[in-house]
Amino acid sequence: METPRDTSAPPSDPQPNQGAASAASHLAGSSPQRGRSSLSDGGNTGRRGDAIFKLASSGSGIALLVIMAAIAAFLTVRAVSAISADHGNFLTTSDWQTQADPITFGIAAIAIGTLISAVVAMVIAVPVALGIALFISHYAPRRIAQALGYVVDLLAAVPSIVFGLWGALFLVPHMIGVNAWLNQYFGWTYIFHQNEPGTQPRSLFTVGIVLAIMILPIITAVSREIFLQVPRAHEEAALALGATRWEMIRTAVIPFGRSGIISASMLGLGRALGETMAVATVLSPSYVINLHILDPAGSTIAQTIANQFGESQGTGRDALIAAGLVLFVITLLVNGAARLIIARRKEYSGADA
Amino acid sequence: MSSLATTSQLSSSLTERRLPRWMPAVNLALAALLAVAIGAGFNLSSKPQWLLIAAILYVVIQYVTSAVVEGRRHAKNYVATSLVWVAFLLALLPLVSVLWMTISKGIGVINANFLTHSMNGVAINQEGGGLYHALIGTLEQVAIASLLAAPIGILTAVYLVEYGRGNKLSKAVSFFVDVMTGVPSIVAGLFILSFWIIILNMPFTGFAGALALAILMLPVVVRSTEEMLKLVPNELREASLALGVPKWLTITRVVLPTALGGIVTGVMLAVARIVGETAPILMLVFGADTINMDPFNNPQSSLPLFVWTEYSRGTDQSQARAWGGALVLIAVVMILNLVARGIARWKAPKGATR
Repeated sequence: METPRDTSAPPSDPQPNQGAASAASHLAGSSPQRGRSSLSDGGNTGRRGDAIFKLASSGSGIALLVIMAAIAAFLTVRAVSAISADHGNFLTTSDWQTQADPITFGIAAIAIGTLISAVVAMVIAVPVALGIALFISHYAPRRIAQALGYVVDLLAAVPSIVFGLWGALFLVPHMIGVNAWLNQYFGWTYIFHQNEPGTQPRSLFTVGIVLAIMILPIITAVSREIFLQVPRAHEEAALALGATRWEMIRTAVIPFGRSGIISASMLGLGRALGETMAVATVLSPSYVINLHILDPAGSTIAQTIANQFGESQGTGRDALIAAGLVLFVITLLVNGAARLIIARRKEYSGADA
Repeated sequence: MSSLATTSQLSSSLTERRLPRWMPAVNLALAALLAVAIGAGFNLSSKPQWLLIAAILYVVIQYVTSAVVEGRRHAKNYVATSLVWVAFLLALLPLVSVLWMTISKGIGVINANFLTHSMNGVAINQEGGGLYHALIGTLEQVAIASLLAAPIGILTAVYLVEYGRGNKLSKAVSFFVDVMTGVPSIVAGLFILSFWIIILNMPFTGFAGALALAILMLPVVVRSTEEMLKLVPNELREASLALGVPKWLTITRVVLPTALGGIVTGVMLAVARIVGETAPILMLVFGADTINMDPFNNPQSSLPLFVWTEYSRGTDQSQARAWGGALVLIAVVMILNLVARGIARWKAPKGATR
């Protein structure tokens, strides 16, 4: 049974073949295949079709890997040529001077700006999004819940540029009061201190809020799907033991959905880190490190790329590609870490069973 | 008479003391009153603050009353319920505001002229002009990206679920699909820029933008398709294999049709994600004010890029056009959604439990 399949398979990758055989035997035992090999006609066409189809599907998987490798490789090539022309230290310089004569640029300020805006967004968005997801899956009346789920799906599709437009033309004027209030009562926390109170709130904090609103629907949509998949039996068992609704959610729903919650947040974080247009419309950029998040200062990597791209040539473009590489590496690390957490939690969730 | 008394006695001894059903409503009213009093008393001008105070007060009052009458566990339950409601209402505000602003500001701009004319020869402080060129660009770029990404994505998902369960290649692919999900749109744009435009020395075209969009779309298609294929019951595969049907026919005739609704929905979500991508279009398609039907030659425009350029031109007239563009963009996304949902429902296997 094993041998003819091997010859028909592509010689370059023997591994998916073994996987297929084991998957097939896992699915149906070995008897169907034995039966098929005795039916010579159907067996032949089926085997050729199998080979082609498997080649196509594993080829697609490999193509995906190749794309990822190519992204890293091409960005690195351009980034190296840019960094070698850099007169400053790429990691510790805050400035971004690619037009000036000694070309000086570094990602210190924009990397920190990226992290700050993403952290603000996550702190606001994740709890609220989980609340909405629970509301839709477990609190709202059934009819309303369906409609709401639909609305959230639609909102997840609202493009980022629309949120950016809204943030710049609606939210920024409305944030002046909030900023003054935060500065007055929470200025002692350092991060909410304003160096120049009353300035236009085109700040990283405002950006964080816009990003939070943007990633809300995504986190909600994904975690709601997970919460809806929780086996009814688990929930009913918890309720039958006398748990209140919250205890049922804490003991049955959340443990089941934990890996889903993390991957939902990860999706949101990825979008927040790399979000370009919403930041570009709202923030007035400056290349300084400033941890007072209410001040109109700082910039993000993605915004720098979008803002500077039009006026950059040659090395300037390569410098932006270097910044893009940093963003790529950051998102890679974030996603990798989230992935590891999910792998460790998998045995509790039962989502893969 | 006596039996009635015993049952009521029994029930009261068997069940815990509960708050009456009208109590939350009373507490809500109380919290609202207090908030109004505080707001008026301290002369707080902004209404959102009043709302916030009311919400916090409601949660506190509800917790206290419930803790006194029912005990801590139920009190916590009420707090959780209130928090969930508050989260929901809190999130609705900005989302409704975004939609309301877009619709109210955009609807005044949209007319037949806006939809059928380009920005060719329209000065920035002049009214009129339109987004026909952007609409064409968006449709073409998204269609090309979908044609590239959907087959590869679906086949990759088939590989992950049907062939490569747990082997090294599938683990690597699965890992990098996750990583790819997090690749920011601007990085995908930079990749195509460095590969396609700087190294291969290709011009800025709609096709270059479509390549970047395809990269963004790919992981979304793979993930959603994979989830859907996993939901297909193993019994279906076993039944088909047991009848002697080859594996690839089992996949194409049994597994994929069963999951088709979900796959279409996934592809639709992926399309909806890329329709609004601005950054790669900004870098690769470069933008144009004139109509360019050919995605393989010369710069095009696209709806999100139209919104961005009109916004950054900064005049009242151009920002009005930006709102109009935003509304059309949202409408396109919604129409795509509705059509795909319709297909999903129409193609769904009959009698499936959903």
